[in-house]
Amino acid sequence: MQLWALLQGDRHADRAVPPTGFTARLTVFTAGAMAFLAVFALALSVATGRLADRWAAELAQTSTLRISAPVGEVDAQVTAALRVLETTPGVGSARSLTEEEERALLEPWFGPDLPVDSLRLPQLIEIVETGDGYDASGLRARLQAEVPGAVLDDHTRWRAPLIDAATRLRTLGWIALLLIGGAVAAMITLAAQSALSANAQVIRVMRLVGARDAYIARAFVRRFTLRAGAGALIGTALGLLAVALMPDGDTGGFLTGLGFSGTGWLLPLLIPPLAAAVAFFATRAAALRTLRSQA
Amino acid sequence: MIELDNVAYSYGGDSLFADLSLQLQPGSFQFLTGPSGAGKTTLLKLCYGDLLATSGSVTLFGKDAATLTRDDVAMTRRRIGVVHQDCQFLDHLPLTENVALPLQVSGRTHEAEGNLTDLLAWVGLSRQADQTPPQLSGGERQRAALARAVITSPDVIIADEPTGNVDWEMSQRLLTLLIELNRMGKTVLIATHDLNLIRFAKSQVVANVLRIKGGRMETGVTL
Repeated sequence: MQLWALLQGDRHADRAVPPTGFTARLTVFTAGAMAFLAVFALALSVATGRLADRWAAELAQTSTLRISAPVGEVDAQVTAALRVLETTPGVGSARSLTEEEERALLEPWFGPDLPVDSLRLPQLIEIVETGDGYDASGLRARLQAEVPGAVLDDHTRWRAPLIDAATRLRTLGWIALLLIGGAVAAMITLAAQSALSANAQVIRVMRLVGARDAYIARAFVRRFTLRAGAGALIGTALGLLAVALMPDGDTGGFLTGLGFSGTGWLLPLLIPPLAAAVAFFATRAAALRTLRSQA
Repeated sequence: MIELDNVAYSYGGDSLFADLSLQLQPGSFQFLTGPSGAGKTTLLKLCYGDLLATSGSVTLFGKDAATLTRDDVAMTRRRIGVVHQDCQFLDHLPLTENVALPLQVSGRTHEAEGNLTDLLAWVGLSRQADQTPPQLSGGERQRAALARAVITSPDVIIADEPTGNVDWEMSQRLLTLLIELNRMGKTVLIATHDLNLIRFAKSQVVANVLRIKGGRMETGVTL
């Protein structure tokens, strides 16, 4: 009801306060700029969250066994390793990678013409875990006894810092959003105080004819709320356009994956009403505080 | 309606007046006179809650002015129409909106439509309705201020040097308007140092004259 009254406004109360070009432009520009930045902070937060979840899901279920042995012993050790893995609780499946698969793994670094036959590459076994996974230290102990050339890599060493970094980036994104909200509130408070000071005579006249503080504040609050909302709408639209024009995320890189997907595109639409809400409360608090101090 | 009892006021420690008492009875017509700087405007401000007395008590419509909340002060001012010495308009608004301002701030905008035309005709400003205050002459501004003061039909009308910037003919016109209001039952208090104006009023209405002199109030002053 109060929001509807605010949007409807009071034409007479609005007209009582003369329009101030400078604070109007300042408010619209700052709200727009902050909304633009907020879209990127949100995109960063959402994308890193998605990335962290994907890495965690993909890497948590797989691990690799690397067998480095003299040429004549490789096959025997692979067979022994597969036998050990078949009887290890928590291992869903295990299979030895083919020559083509190993070439494909190395291709990004050495190109497509790598002569795999002439190189002594370790044989890789891909392990897919079941839900709870296996006991890595127990498996290592068994492999050490039965397959001396086997090295188990359960990805823990490099998976943990990656997921940690992604999680922290997501947190930083949310902190950035909070800081942006705080900066908007601070800027609007200053602009509102400036407008109130510039209109001290208007306020005095309104008081002399019996205007209550709430009536006087309303004219300022509505004005700043609508300006901040409009600025944020423009900034959000431009931010969404900029994110949409980012290179396609299918190439797999982190930077190209920055953006929204599916219903995530609706999230930035919350920015303009949130900016307007921040402006509403910031202006109201500033107006009432200033009016009290001007008594 | 408005009662000042042994009131004192000081500006920065310098006493302007002390032990002043004043009662505005319903339907009365009173002049407040005295030399410049005697404290007439300050006394009027105490009467409409724009200042608080340094000591003594001010009662506005039965309530102690010192205990009024900010909203109470606003509500009290809606019962008092004030013609300020410098008129105090919103210069960016046309005359009609300035005059209707007291109705607007009290949420009675709907009353403005009928009253405004009659009121502007009464003070002779119908043709200036769309002009802004800076476009008006001194006399027109004073009449506009009077129109604004009475548009809500307040119980009390307080005028601070309402004829200060106008010629004798316009002064008589303004005073006649205030006398008409008094005859309608409004309480009127006018601060002025124009003794001719007071004589003119006393020839048409029963008016009490108060004088502030040397920080004291004299009542029933004869000219």
